[in-house]
Amino acid sequence: MNWLKPSWQTGLAILLVVAAVALGAMTTAETDALANPTTTIAYPYPGTKSLMFGLVALAAIISTLRLPALIEALVLFVGAHLAAWLLIHGIGGFEGTAKAPYFIILAAAWLLAWRCVAVLSSMRPASLWAARALRVLVPTIFGAWILILWEAITRGAGIPFILLPPPSAIGARLVNSLPVLAADVNQTIFKAVIVGYVLGCAAGFIVAVLADRFLFLRRGLMPIGNMVSALPIIGVAPIMVMWFGFDWQSKAAVVIIMTFFPMLVNTVAGLAASGHMERDLMRTYASNYWQTLWKLRLPAAAPFIFNALKINSTLALIGAIVAEFFGTPVVGMGFRISTEVGRMNIDMVWAEIAVAAFAGSVFYGVIALCERAATFWHPSVRGG
Amino acid sequence: MDSAMDSLRSKFLPVTSILAGIVVIWYVGVFFMNAPFQRDLDRRAGVTSSFSELVAKTMSQPKPTLPAPHQVAQNFFENTFLRKITSNRSLVYHAWVTLSSTLLGFAMGTVLGIVIAVGIVHVTTLDRSLMPWIIASQTIPILAVAPMIIVVLAAVGITGLIPKALISTYLSFFPVAVGMVKGLRSPELMNLDLMHTYNASRAQTFWKLRVPASVPYLFASMKVAVAASLVGAIVGELPTGAVAGIGAKLLAGAYYSQTIDIWSALVAGSVVAALLVVVVGLAGRIVDRAMGGRPV
Repeated sequence: MNWLKPSWQTGLAILLVVAAVALGAMTTAETDALANPTTTIAYPYPGTKSLMFGLVALAAIISTLRLPALIEALVLFVGAHLAAWLLIHGIGGFEGTAKAPYFIILAAAWLLAWRCVAVLSSMRPASLWAARALRVLVPTIFGAWILILWEAITRGAGIPFILLPPPSAIGARLVNSLPVLAADVNQTIFKAVIVGYVLGCAAGFIVAVLADRFLFLRRGLMPIGNMVSALPIIGVAPIMVMWFGFDWQSKAAVVIIMTFFPMLVNTVAGLAASGHMERDLMRTYASNYWQTLWKLRLPAAAPFIFNALKINSTLALIGAIVAEFFGTPVVGMGFRISTEVGRMNIDMVWAEIAVAAFAGSVFYGVIALCERAATFWHPSVRGG
Repeated sequence: MDSAMDSLRSKFLPVTSILAGIVVIWYVGVFFMNAPFQRDLDRRAGVTSSFSELVAKTMSQPKPTLPAPHQVAQNFFENTFLRKITSNRSLVYHAWVTLSSTLLGFAMGTVLGIVIAVGIVHVTTLDRSLMPWIIASQTIPILAVAPMIIVVLAAVGITGLIPKALISTYLSFFPVAVGMVKGLRSPELMNLDLMHTYNASRAQTFWKLRVPASVPYLFASMKVAVAASLVGAIVGELPTGAVAGIGAKLLAGAYYSQTIDIWSALVAGSVVAALLVVVVGLAGRIVDRAMGGRPV
């Protein structure tokens, strides 16, 4: 038995394939066709059914053999994804007719993918590049399977479009309404978020430097700053809309207020981060306050400041979008979300959320890149 | 006695003077923001008021641009203590509506976060595949999903507490999961090796070493999570059309320009947030002491 290497995922997958074969028809259309053999009723998977079953079973059996991990992962990857693709492709035109074997075969393919990810995550490649590629590949497969399951289940079970549209429909909607989405992004992100973020972070930074200079101010502001970070500041949105009108200025004001305190608290903490030894060294150099601040304490505070910038990137987006729920001109991401929800265009809402998620990740990524460039000396970046 | 004086000088005095400064600036702001409208009113009524009369009037408008602190305090006091708790106008009632969905969502989020963290620490596949997504999801403006969750769940007949609590769950499980993963991994190699020499099983290592080590991390992230789930509950109340809760109170105030109501709802939200954070902090301290932690 030395050449066998069973795992519970593949074992279960084989059992599931057997169960699916035993249960018979994949869809109600197929049941009808089998019941009336004389008439020709179209049904899904006329030729590909045995191919799918065979693929899953074969991939599961091959991976049970003692193979090199890379080959095993490759076999599982191809088996799982080809079967899933056939399954989703075939249901087109027969949405909502799926019966138990459809979901069973989906589960079997998912188990293969799980096994594939498990094999990949247990690999310890020698080269740095391979390790880096694996670190990207494993979460990518995981994310892809969330989409595959979502697509297959919504279409197979015929979940109403207004509850949860399949990812393919969201993607189509996204591509078709690019001009609208671009206008929303321009209004919300390039006007409200960027302006508010820059002003809020700058104000927080300046007040933090002042608070660092004057002990009394620091002692008074820090407890307040820590307290405010727990408060639902988003609630000032209606007030700001009343003061600054419906356009982006009111959203920028909300973003300023939301980003101010995290920046203040983190920068003050960062300015205290440089050690006594270093500060004493600066004293022996006879450097004045500004020299010490500029050459020692601000660089030492950089990781804290970038942490605040990262936290604020998410807060700024949330602030601007939620503030738009309280009133906007007829453009903007929050406006689009709230009105399209009201009109039950759920696919448009999902498209907007996808854009928001993408924008948020890019925003965060840009700051993370800046951080790597600016704090190249820090242990967390050097990897030391 | 000495230390009490010390803490008075180093904490109480600066904080109160900053707060007093804020109140003074607020009053000045009240005058300057309300004066234009008041002058307009006076002109229409044909009244000429002296400067002191104008100041007094700006402090007592029914729908001011910026309400004076005493107006907010009065409104808050009236709506908190003088109304029946069951009344639709009572802030206690609205705060309770928000608080109940916050607590339900917070409890579900904490449990979910802990379960995910335990899974991530023990299953390599989950660590490699799920953890990057959890971190990436922190960069996404999740609150944007809130209206959709409310409306979609209402379409299938789920209304009331559950949809709001789900938003709170969604917001609060991330901090708990991330903090708990950190906490469960916080035992050093030395301690793990010691458990190994005791021939401890995986479950024993988990319950006797990893869980106790993770408790401080858990409470630190629960503080963040409880604040987040309150925000989730408030935002969750916006799209339901202003029925009940602090978020609904904010929205109703925005519709009818009841600025004083908005401000006192904000105060109520802040009081609830402060209470929640303090309670979680106290619970953390009590658990820490019960487990034999040394006071820092």
